[in-house]
Amino acid sequence: MKLNKFKSSEITPENFYINRRKFLKKMGIVTGTAFASQHIITSALSYTPETERKITPYKFATTYNNYYEFGTSKSDPHKNSKDFITKPWDIKIDGEVENEITLSVEEIKNMIPSEERIYRFRCVEGWSMVVPWLGFPLNKLLNKVKPTSKAKFVKFTSVYDPDQMKGQRFPVLNWPYKEGLRIDEAMHPLTIMVTGLYGKELPNQNGAPLRLIVPWKYGFKSAKAIVNIKFVKKMPISSWMNASPNEYGFYSNVNPNVSHPRWSQATERVIGENIYSPRIKTVMFNGYGDEVAGLYDGMDLRKNF
Amino acid sequence: MIRIFKPTIFVLCLIPFIIIAYQILFNQLGAEPVKQVTHHTGEWTLRFILLSLAMTPLKNITKILAWIKYRRMLGLFAFFYGTLHLLTYIGFDYQFNFDPIIDDVLNKKFIFIGFAAWLLMLPLAITSNQKMVLILKQNWKKIHRLSYLIGIFAVLHFIWLSKTIFFEPLIYLIILITLLTLRLDFIKFLFKKKSVT
Repeated sequence: MKLNKFKSSEITPENFYINRRKFLKKMGIVTGTAFASQHIITSALSYTPETERKITPYKFATTYNNYYEFGTSKSDPHKNSKDFITKPWDIKIDGEVENEITLSVEEIKNMIPSEERIYRFRCVEGWSMVVPWLGFPLNKLLNKVKPTSKAKFVKFTSVYDPDQMKGQRFPVLNWPYKEGLRIDEAMHPLTIMVTGLYGKELPNQNGAPLRLIVPWKYGFKSAKAIVNIKFVKKMPISSWMNASPNEYGFYSNVNPNVSHPRWSQATERVIGENIYSPRIKTVMFNGYGDEVAGLYDGMDLRKNF
Repeated sequence: MIRIFKPTIFVLCLIPFIIIAYQILFNQLGAEPVKQVTHHTGEWTLRFILLSLAMTPLKNITKILAWIKYRRMLGLFAFFYGTLHLLTYIGFDYQFNFDPIIDDVLNKKFIFIGFAAWLLMLPLAITSNQKMVLILKQNWKKIHRLSYLIGIFAVLHFIWLSKTIFFEPLIYLIILITLLTLRLDFIKFLFKKKSVT
């Protein structure tokens, strides 16, 4: 793929940023280039860039969130996470590894530069966004430890802090939030740890200071405010699997052919469109099939939903 | 009193409609407009169903007959908002594309029961006028007992569409159970007994 390099020494203001994107699009230049802030560099892209769909307005990406730790309504996370403290923040990587480590978010950010990734984001509830994340491939972080031969899965645990997170005072899910990936999924270059969005630092309601993004899976797989990454032998039981095993499977790949018991997965509504806009068709693996379909060769994805 | 109250309540009942109409016309619906309209109309349908079911118990408890005068109007508003709710789903959400709608009705239990609740409201709305009461006589009462079933279906619709055990559907469930329990003969008997002593 042709790579276009842009260097800018500061964070791009949002309106400017959108305009530049439009300009790039008009010029027929492939989008998906990274912009530099203090920790951001340009880098070669290993994924299908988003060229057809518009980037979701910043306002919606940061005020329409599912983050039950801060409340179950979509507007709760924005309202209730304002005073959430994310500094200092340590992340422990342990489990089936030879050398468990604990790193602060600052250390991680200094060690691994972030790049921009414009990904489609598909929620299991049937809506979608297009978000320009800032982050780095998770494998760059996981490579800091040596997993033992017993390690088969990676388990992510989010923070547990009911004093700061109102939602955790109620047993809506089995707190803290837990998610999991197979090692090959976690090591896949599309799987990223997110440090920001729209050229800015990651807002609390979007999972600050560090969250996961797995773009070919439904949004809930992408755990927020992660404090622990554990290599494990057995398939981890995620919080949503625990809440409703027949509705949420371990894999949770975006799949228009497997319907959720309560809503269709064949189509999705695009966030930010007006009331007259039709749904759009949902694509297998959220459109990242070329990159990730190989991970599931020979698997029945209806059973392994 | 009724002459002043009835038109006032009628206008009050229209407020949820005015709010959503304003939001549609002036693009104030937020990130997911279709969902906003669906939830708003759905919520008010359920509220009006429960309000209409509350009139008879209120009459029994307060011994004020006037409550009954509002029952029909509240029931018809439930039908009005329920119809808007259904039209939002068919028109805005699926753009009159009936294949996925039929698929939903047959395969998704919360949609099936919601649709069933709307269908059951139809005969009640049609037979709601005074003329029908006279024509149907004893049968009118029997037909309008369907409202209990509609209440149950509507609450189930809300419970089944909720992701986990949420607070809100439970509140509606408790209100419904209370309203239906107050209709049981032995409970009514308790009230009568009290009034005698």
